[in-house]
Amino acid sequence: MEEKLIAVRFLKVEKHFGEVAAVNGVDLEIFDGEFFTMLGPSGSGKTTCLRMIAGFEQPTSGRIELYGKDVTGLPPYDRPVHTVFQDYALFPHMSVGENIGYSLMIRRKTGAEISRRVNDMLELVRLPGLAKRKPSQLSGGQRQRVALGRALIDQPKVLLLDEPLGALDLKLRQQMQIELKNIQQRVGITFIYVTHDQEEALTMSDRLAVFNQGCVEQVGAPADIYECPATIFTAGFVGTSNVISGALAEKITGKVQTLTVRPEKIEIRDPQAVTSGSEYYADGVIRDSIYLGMYTRYTIVLDQTGELTVVEQNLGMPRKVQPAPGMRVRAVWEHSSTRTVEAGR
Amino acid sequence: MRSKNRAPLGLSLAAIGAILFLHIPLLLIGLYAFTTEDAAFTFPPPGLTVKWFAEAMQRTDLWSALSLSLKVAAFSTALSLLLGLLAAFAVHHGKFIGKEAITFLVILPIALPGIVTGIALRSALKIMGLDFSFWTIVLGHVTFCIVTVYNNVIARLRRTGFSIVEASMDLGADTFQTFRHVILPTIASALLAGGMLAFSLSFDEVIVTTFTAGQQATLPIWILAQLSRPRDRPVTNVVALFVILITTVPILLAYQLTKQDEV
Amino acid sequence: MAVAAAAPNPRPASAARKLSRYFHGHPRFSIFLLLSLPLLWLGMVYFGSVGALILQSFFHYDGFSGKVINQFTLENYGELFSPSNVDIVIRTTAMAAAVTLASIVIAFPLAYFSVRYASGRLKALLYLAVILPLWSSYIVRVYSWKLILAKEGIISWFLAHLGLTGLLDKVLQLPAIGGPSLSMSMLGMWMVFIYIWLPYMILPIHSSLERLPKSVLEASADLGARPGQTFRRVTLPLVLPGVVAGSIFTFSLTLGDFIIPGTIGNSSLFIGQAVLRYQGTAGNIPLAAAITVVPMAVMAVYLLVARNLGAFDAL
Repeated sequence: MEEKLIAVRFLKVEKHFGEVAAVNGVDLEIFDGEFFTMLGPSGSGKTTCLRMIAGFEQPTSGRIELYGKDVTGLPPYDRPVHTVFQDYALFPHMSVGENIGYSLMIRRKTGAEISRRVNDMLELVRLPGLAKRKPSQLSGGQRQRVALGRALIDQPKVLLLDEPLGALDLKLRQQMQIELKNIQQRVGITFIYVTHDQEEALTMSDRLAVFNQGCVEQVGAPADIYECPATIFTAGFVGTSNVISGALAEKITGKVQTLTVRPEKIEIRDPQAVTSGSEYYADGVIRDSIYLGMYTRYTIVLDQTGELTVVEQNLGMPRKVQPAPGMRVRAVWEHSSTRTVEAGR
Repeated sequence: MRSKNRAPLGLSLAAIGAILFLHIPLLLIGLYAFTTEDAAFTFPPPGLTVKWFAEAMQRTDLWSALSLSLKVAAFSTALSLLLGLLAAFAVHHGKFIGKEAITFLVILPIALPGIVTGIALRSALKIMGLDFSFWTIVLGHVTFCIVTVYNNVIARLRRTGFSIVEASMDLGADTFQTFRHVILPTIASALLAGGMLAFSLSFDEVIVTTFTAGQQATLPIWILAQLSRPRDRPVTNVVALFVILITTVPILLAYQLTKQDEV
Repeated sequence: MAVAAAAPNPRPASAARKLSRYFHGHPRFSIFLLLSLPLLWLGMVYFGSVGALILQSFFHYDGFSGKVINQFTLENYGELFSPSNVDIVIRTTAMAAAVTLASIVIAFPLAYFSVRYASGRLKALLYLAVILPLWSSYIVRVYSWKLILAKEGIISWFLAHLGLTGLLDKVLQLPAIGGPSLSMSMLGMWMVFIYIWLPYMILPIHSSLERLPKSVLEASADLGARPGQTFRRVTLPLVLPGVVAGSIFTFSLTLGDFIIPGTIGNSSLFIGQAVLRYQGTAGNIPLAAAITVVPMAVMAVYLLVARNLGAFDAL
């Protein structure tokens, strides 16, 4: 098997701010050319890790390597890495063209070359003809693209993106997600993306790392992380999940363990329904049902203590009885839909 | 907090009264500069003339006072710009404890009464055996002019934030290039405003200057001396008018340059 | 085989870049470098002199030889309690208080009007109208009042037209506030002081009022308070820090001033003049220093109280 080129490597990296450990022992490998996302809630350390790659923070201990070279101590301007900031950080006193061409200007390229490359970049980020405008005259989405173009123009090996779509409204955000992915595939460089939005992470990434309280809980492709969460945290943070543990788990499965099962994998049947040997089941009463357009979400209070969240697509197919609050039901799911997890942190 | 109602009459009158109270005296100086009468403060003025302006221009003592004031103000402004910029920079970008102490130290010279600064500097100069000179005047002025530059620059730095500096370094510019291409352009107008206010402050200053000037006279000191010379009133009026005009312009310009920084 | 990261700058690093890397690697030293010049100036020149001054207040002054002898003594502070000096301090402090109160009364309506009822343009204009005199020349402004208060000046003319000249004469004969003429009286001084320091009172009050969220006033009205009650119970307490901040200036600046008492006052001395007299002709720096410590101490206490009341946030 061909050995993949490693773009960024974290080796036992820690970062302390005074007493607080923002990053608490992170080991990570990010491959050349992939779209890698660091996903986690705020304060989980993902942004700090990104800033350490860029060079705005130095690790308290541990090492960061870029393409095999130890970059600890290197200032940001000496690293082949560029950042798209959360607030875009466009230079307010420069035009769009001057912003984009900034890194080339610093490298003392000729005016003609800068001009040509800026125009090419404007085409790539779909802002043709806006070179003379000032950032204050642009919309949020346009500024975002200028920030992207500015970071890409001198062909860095790695592009870092710090929650760049946070300020955009939903439709624009979804559109930009697809555009970013396309640009990454066209340009072919490594994108390292930070977000707290798990849907965004699942949409765009080749692989992603789930961060929690300064540590990485799990690394893998979106489907792997979603279908096989390794810890309770991952199961709960990426998508929703039912966590079944202790006495309830023992009753349902016969084993003492902690397991998770996704809401959409559970089927609602009537209380007397027969279940096959390859299925688990639990009985209870529906507490509420919430209609969400594409699907309906039910909360079932189980006879043993506990709750299950079940999600059913509204396919409009006829059924004998429509589940409704107050109804007694049996929740059923396949053995194979169950995942065992460690307790996690 | 604005309400759409009209203000109560009493309030409006009180407000107008305060504004008039603030400005009528200076307007009167403008009027008196043109009065024909020798004693030059009778109201209403018997007639108007520009002869006092001509007379003022003949006075050599006035010219030397003016040139000294301008030179002192120029040097004080230049030094305050440098020191204020360095201090504002260090406080904004640095990571250290004691930032509040630095701000306190910068503001103190202008917060304490001028007499404290004046006496302190004068006795320190005596102890060190230094003579009063042009530089002793500048020394005093710079100490309280730093604050205008510092306040303006720091307000602007806070408004622009850190990310554009990080962005510049991220894109390959080192400290000096970042300063030249990003930082300086964004603080330029704040720096200018601070400098103009410093110039104004230095040009007008009289209290500390009386202590550090020795025998020399800046324009305000010249006016101070005139306060006990009723004969020279008309010329003094002209000079006073001139000082008002010279200081009004930088203040207005400084306001224009920094009104975006007012939250 | 791992490909080494392409050097972002194939040219050899310039001296500036090398220096820049040094600063990046040594952040503490870089800050120290930046701060050294201003700190040197302010720390040594300013603080040094003030410190030296306070030190001198503990030295002995030999009246016969006119020399300052470096011998620790508290006699200067003892001198402060002599009847004439106590008189001076009381007189100056009383004037400072009177000026402060009057300034608050005049400044408040203007600030309130500007924040509450002035539109954007008018508000900007009013702001300019206040900062112009603030930055204007102190000496010119004092001089203008010399003209205004003079016997044939505008005030006398005004009063004469209203037939109130007799009243003015009576007032000038009152012991504490009167004097030979308006331009040489406590009353005159009081008016000039107010005029000079007024902008220093207006701005913090204005700032404080601006920070008052309209929703708080609306909540008060919503809960049943009449406008007068809202003003007394909500607006006033929240504006207090701004008032205190402004009074720091009016108080402190009046305490130290010697020019206004010198030109507009009568022969009774104020603190500033006493300091001038002692250090100037007599060369009695220790005593002058001791007296200067009085306004400094008063200000220190004032500043502490003001900070606890939150006045610093309004500055």
